[in-house]
Amino acid sequence: MSDTSKVSKAEAEVAHQNTVAPSDDPTAAPVSVVDPRLLVREEGLKGYVTEFKRKIKGGELGSLPVFIGLIIIWTIFQTQNSRFLSADNLSNISYFMSATGMLAIGLVFVLLLGEIDLSVGSVSGLASTVFAVFVVNHGVNAWLALFLTVLTGAVIGAMQGWFFARIGVPAFVVTLAGFLGWNGLMLWLLGTSGTINIPAESGPVHLLGQSSFFMDQAVIGAYVLAGLGVASMLVGSFIDQRRRRAAGVPFRPTSEILLRVGALAVASFTAAAVLNNASGVSNALVIFLASLVIVDFVLRRTTYGRKIFAVGGGIEAARRAGISVSMVRITVFAISGGFAAVGGMFFAGQTASATLNAGGGNTLMLAIAAAVIGGTSLFGGRGNVWSALLGMLVIQSIQTGLDLLNMNTSIQYMITGAVLLGAVVIDSVSRKSQKAAGRA
Amino acid sequence: MVHVSATPVLALRGVSKRFGAVQALTDVELEVHPGEVVALVGDNGAGKSTLVKTIAGVHPIDEGVIEWDGQPVSINKPHDAQGLGVATVYQDLALCDNLDVVGNLYLGRELLHRGVIDEVTMEQKARELLSTLSIRIPSVRIPIASLSGGQRQVVAIARALIGDPKVVILDEPTAALGVEQTAQVLDLVERLRERDLGVILISHNMADVKAVADTVAVLRLGKNNGSFSVKDTSHEEIIAAITGATDNAVTRRAGRRNTEAAK
Repeated sequence: MSDTSKVSKAEAEVAHQNTVAPSDDPTAAPVSVVDPRLLVREEGLKGYVTEFKRKIKGGELGSLPVFIGLIIIWTIFQTQNSRFLSADNLSNISYFMSATGMLAIGLVFVLLLGEIDLSVGSVSGLASTVFAVFVVNHGVNAWLALFLTVLTGAVIGAMQGWFFARIGVPAFVVTLAGFLGWNGLMLWLLGTSGTINIPAESGPVHLLGQSSFFMDQAVIGAYVLAGLGVASMLVGSFIDQRRRRAAGVPFRPTSEILLRVGALAVASFTAAAVLNNASGVSNALVIFLASLVIVDFVLRRTTYGRKIFAVGGGIEAARRAGISVSMVRITVFAISGGFAAVGGMFFAGQTASATLNAGGGNTLMLAIAAAVIGGTSLFGGRGNVWSALLGMLVIQSIQTGLDLLNMNTSIQYMITGAVLLGAVVIDSVSRKSQKAAGRA
Repeated sequence: MVHVSATPVLALRGVSKRFGAVQALTDVELEVHPGEVVALVGDNGAGKSTLVKTIAGVHPIDEGVIEWDGQPVSINKPHDAQGLGVATVYQDLALCDNLDVVGNLYLGRELLHRGVIDEVTMEQKARELLSTLSIRIPSVRIPIASLSGGQRQVVAIARALIGDPKVVILDEPTAALGVEQTAQVLDLVERLRERDLGVILISHNMADVKAVADTVAVLRLGKNNGSFSVKDTSHEEIIAAITGATDNAVTRRAGRRNTEAAK
């Protein structure tokens, strides 16, 4: 009931804007100061508060559960072990989250289609082994081997996507078969030794290793990165505002832009300072963050990204709009496989070896949990790639915290399972209330 | 009075379509002029949907000719129809719930600015289009999921207009709508006519047909069963043509008597 009254209020607002519009040019769209994307928005701080309350009631939780969860998790672990919030440990979290984070990026693509890829863990393990076999057993150039490894992952993903899109096998069954099959292939490649040590100085393995830092640990490096991010957001927002103002469509007010950029600046410079207190920004993290920026751009600003959202939101609608649904599905699974392979390279970089354990255990669960906790819906069509970052912060904090407390693997598995279930419950419940509020 | 030009923008001449053993359409004739609303009526299974799908390119025709601006054309794929300027709004709305109104209007036809989706121009043009059609929705940036059934229907129709079509096919646009929403959609159909588009309107609702259509084409069992001008035809005559009620013992006897009297 409350929602309909809000819509009518918004309509009244639109009507009001129409009367304000200049009457000399009847074709000009009315210019309104407040962005009507936000159904009812008063200006200023009060507007933010009412908008925030409306979203929570409507089940649009966004990133809120993540921040609350992160605060709870950090508080609990800090009270248990005072080393948890030390610069060194936070630096560890930032390094180790990149590997599984890469898997989570690929999963975001698949989840946006409303599908699931259960093979990413196994593919990442296989990838690290494939890389090791190329470099160690066949003496292939390390960078070429990296390329071939990622290609292998993409081909594996495309194959699984083909079975799903063309044959019509449910994605979860295809990738469940992959989960087992690719793991088997990895074990077969590793043979009896069970481990292949990769020379730590070989290109990509060194780059992704624990002792490789952005700009060789220069203090300025972290701030350069933070400044780059803040500056590009600031410039981008103002260019967008100018274009929108010129076109006569609603734009973000300057105060809101400054508020958002300010929040990003505080977060990124704090992170930079903390990481500098340890040993700097690891190159693995830099690559993870760069991938997030690129993928975010692809998903939001290119026609390909729009196609993914369209297929996730309504297959029939997408098909009628001339989108090749099977092409989108196959490529999305290929992307997922490719990112899984990149994640496998990160695992190889962590230990400078390919082992039986790579990509095994709870890797898959962690990657799925990260994407879902970050706010990408399991039901398709909703989410963004930043959920991989936010979710991984939560997941890696739990992992590292449990390690610090010397918890048994048994406890770790149970907690990971519970966290995954919790994330999916939040997703399902918020989807339900979104439906009730007419927003899903 | 509606101005109707001499050459129909779309004409079907003797179109037939078979599905295996089923003769879905037999020698069907249909003409649509610019600025004319043609209501296509008939019972379930009369061939309305099949006819519309042949025009939209979903089912290629077996026999007959489709003329576009007086020239025979072949429509074998949906793409062919879109290329000519036929836009179809299907009964089950082809909209993505998760995308906003602008995203849906331009789905598959996104405007690009240096290779990147040009949200600003798309939003600007979407607002212009919606305001010229007097479509009232809370915002062009809310997801389709937030809109009412009527609002979704007008967005779906507006979406068909993005590609600058000449003929718009509406498949039961008011079937699931309430009173107010139906009125909105019918208003919109009149605005399409004012823009000199040819409109084919499939409907089971005679009140809607009488309200907006200029011509009523009746299909019965895959054949033409009369084409009426809405102005000089009564409700009952159309219903009779749809159900075939004119063909009964009384009319046959009357027909026989007339022919005998003529002799």
